[in-house]
Amino acid sequence: MKKLMLGNEAVARGLYEAGCEFVSSYPGTPSTEITEAIAKYNEVYAEWAPNEKVAMESAFGASLAGRRSFCGMKHVGLNVAADPLFTISYTGVNAGMVIGVADDAGMHSSQNEQDSRNYAKASKIPMLEPADSAEALEFTKLAYELSEKFDTPVLLKMCTRISHSQSIVETAERIENIKEYKKDIPKYVMMPGNAKRRHPIVEARTRALVEYAETCSINRIEEGESKDIGIITSSTSYQYVKEVLGDKYPVMKLGLIWPMPEKKIKDFAAKVNKLVIVEELDGFIEAHCKNLGLDCVGKESFSMIDELMPLNIAKELAEPWSVRAPLDAAIPPRPPVMCAGCPHRGLFYTLQKNKITVIGDIGCYTLGAVAPLNAVDAVICMGASVSGLHGFTKSQKGEADNKTVAVIGDSTFMHSGITGLVNIAYNESNSTVIIVDNSITGMTGHQQNPTTGVNLKGDPCTKIDLETLCRSVGIKRVRVIDPYNLSECDSVIKEELAANEPSVIISRRPCALLKYVKHNKPLAVDRDKCVGCKACMKIGCPAISIIDGKAQVDATQCVGCKVCEQLCKLSAFKEV
Amino acid sequence: MMETKNVMIVGVGGQGSLLASKLLGKLLLTKGYDIKVSEVHGMSQRGGSVVTYVRFGDKVYSPVIDKGQADFIVSFELLEAARWTEYLKKNGKIITNMQQINPMPVIIGAAEYPENLVEKMRDSGIDIDAIDALSLALEAGSPKAVNMVLMGKLSKYFDITEEEWLKAIEESVPEKFLEMNKKAFSLGRNI
Repeated sequence: MKKLMLGNEAVARGLYEAGCEFVSSYPGTPSTEITEAIAKYNEVYAEWAPNEKVAMESAFGASLAGRRSFCGMKHVGLNVAADPLFTISYTGVNAGMVIGVADDAGMHSSQNEQDSRNYAKASKIPMLEPADSAEALEFTKLAYELSEKFDTPVLLKMCTRISHSQSIVETAERIENIKEYKKDIPKYVMMPGNAKRRHPIVEARTRALVEYAETCSINRIEEGESKDIGIITSSTSYQYVKEVLGDKYPVMKLGLIWPMPEKKIKDFAAKVNKLVIVEELDGFIEAHCKNLGLDCVGKESFSMIDELMPLNIAKELAEPWSVRAPLDAAIPPRPPVMCAGCPHRGLFYTLQKNKITVIGDIGCYTLGAVAPLNAVDAVICMGASVSGLHGFTKSQKGEADNKTVAVIGDSTFMHSGITGLVNIAYNESNSTVIIVDNSITGMTGHQQNPTTGVNLKGDPCTKIDLETLCRSVGIKRVRVIDPYNLSECDSVIKEELAANEPSVIISRRPCALLKYVKHNKPLAVDRDKCVGCKACMKIGCPAISIIDGKAQVDATQCVGCKVCEQLCKLSAFKEV
Repeated sequence: MMETKNVMIVGVGGQGSLLASKLLGKLLLTKGYDIKVSEVHGMSQRGGSVVTYVRFGDKVYSPVIDKGQADFIVSFELLEAARWTEYLKKNGKIITNMQQINPMPVIIGAAEYPENLVEKMRDSGIDIDAIDALSLALEAGSPKAVNMVLMGKLSKYFDITEEEWLKAIEESVPEKFLEMNKKAFSLGRNI
């Protein structure tokens, strides 16, 4: 049956059809919908893990037990899971195990644009790279076959434009595939003696996979009209090459991006006058070709930076492409902002008002760094706020104790903030950590997490209590505030910063976009009272503008959080 | 062979452009086309500038539309229509909602919302339908129906019957909101 599916939904369909029984993931754009989609199939157990390392190790456990398994994550999530990745490469699998990783070239919603193909090479694990939804489904099923045939986990590499593009797929029936668990200490217990015997097996496996790469149908050559140029490409880059050039030049499309074939590439190169490598981000295929001693054009034409687009290819290969002149008008940018009614706004307003240094973290609340709040000083990766704060306060020898905090979300805290808090308690830094608890994983589109009391399938489950958790690791001062209440925010933050011991403040209010959150009536401005002092503009609410010198509220956006009202000395805000 | 047709749906994150692209995808699938629909998720959805690409034809390769390729740009907001004009094909058409939503740089006074954008676009030779989709959506029952008003207007330029459009709407929208969405579509189609 023909269906239109997102690349991520097609991966989920592939998991279902391949008889996958166990899925554990941590949400991250652009990978999230794989796991959301698989949760709709009752035959498959699926869960949100607290982080990617836990997800990958759980998926390994399921594979060991004899069930086909999957874990999904974004590119930076693979950094978190890199530890098990490199050693599962040594043990191999029992039932097939597939690791989905989605890159984000162009950083639509990420803190860096690392190229995950490098992980395949470094960990010596084969990687498949689909170029549309149909391939996403097909390659997912193939990944399980390869995993079991070559006794290896298999990486399935997605990217924003494949994950978040819908295209047509043909679906098929599910095939069950279960293996028995057999105890095998030399294969699965990775202590030095055993691991030494596994490493040569890994190298032999890669050589066998190179042989497979020479002949497999997913590394295909499409003939072209002219041999002036021959192009090697994969993923979205393949689609852009075909979009711009059609059948003009021969194209080698790699579906297995690691390991790559050697003879096949040399033969292809020998038949064309000039070899051109078209790939997004790093020169990964290019480096392989150069290692083979081939002369080729790669990153000097197609940048390592940002997304590759069809126009880049047209320009570099001198294809005609007409572009309209830009409009004669200064178009202001429209960066993302915290939503109207976002509970993080009141907290960040209070922090910047008190000139507090904020070590931030990954989530919607990273937007506390943008104007006019400008309230965040540093953001690195998941959990880095808490551990970064510890280093900051400890090294300042008391100078920073009463003016520096970490700000981290509920889900991010469970992901990897808790270990930093253990360090604060254990090594006794006088740090104040603020957990912004909006009762959901916000930025990735409302996923449940261990603090929400609901699991991926939507069923009630054990709810981790943040206050109890923080106290149990040794933090004696744990306070809860409502970020809509500015005076409470202000006094509690001042008290906890002044205290001579570590503390946690939980800033608690559910995300304003959650369906169950009841909004208040929108506010309006009494234009007779407003003098246009712009005090209400300091919070950067997208629902408030200054029009003809006075504040005005956009009733379609306002949810009546009343943070602006607390800033107005003239009581100009009123309920409609 | 039919040349690939390109529709860009642009607007401000949270305005409901995903439903419009879902509707178009469903509709075009029933017509037997090859289709690609590219969406935006994640941070950009938080009030930022968002763009969705819908491409259909005999064989569609790229999931994105690059500069100079769009046959139609459907915009939920006026400034966003102006932002993407370079993507419009020579004889392409813009259908835009006249609604203005200030971006943060304008709100905080770091930039100005440009004036006379419709005239500027027309003066540069762009074929543009500028409509008050928000008022029509409110007339239909909800400001959230702006997407259906715009789809109604777009439908006038497609060789697909009104019945086929309405059937696709029925398959894309929850029963509870169906009448409101159909009314909004009809108001847009009959401007």
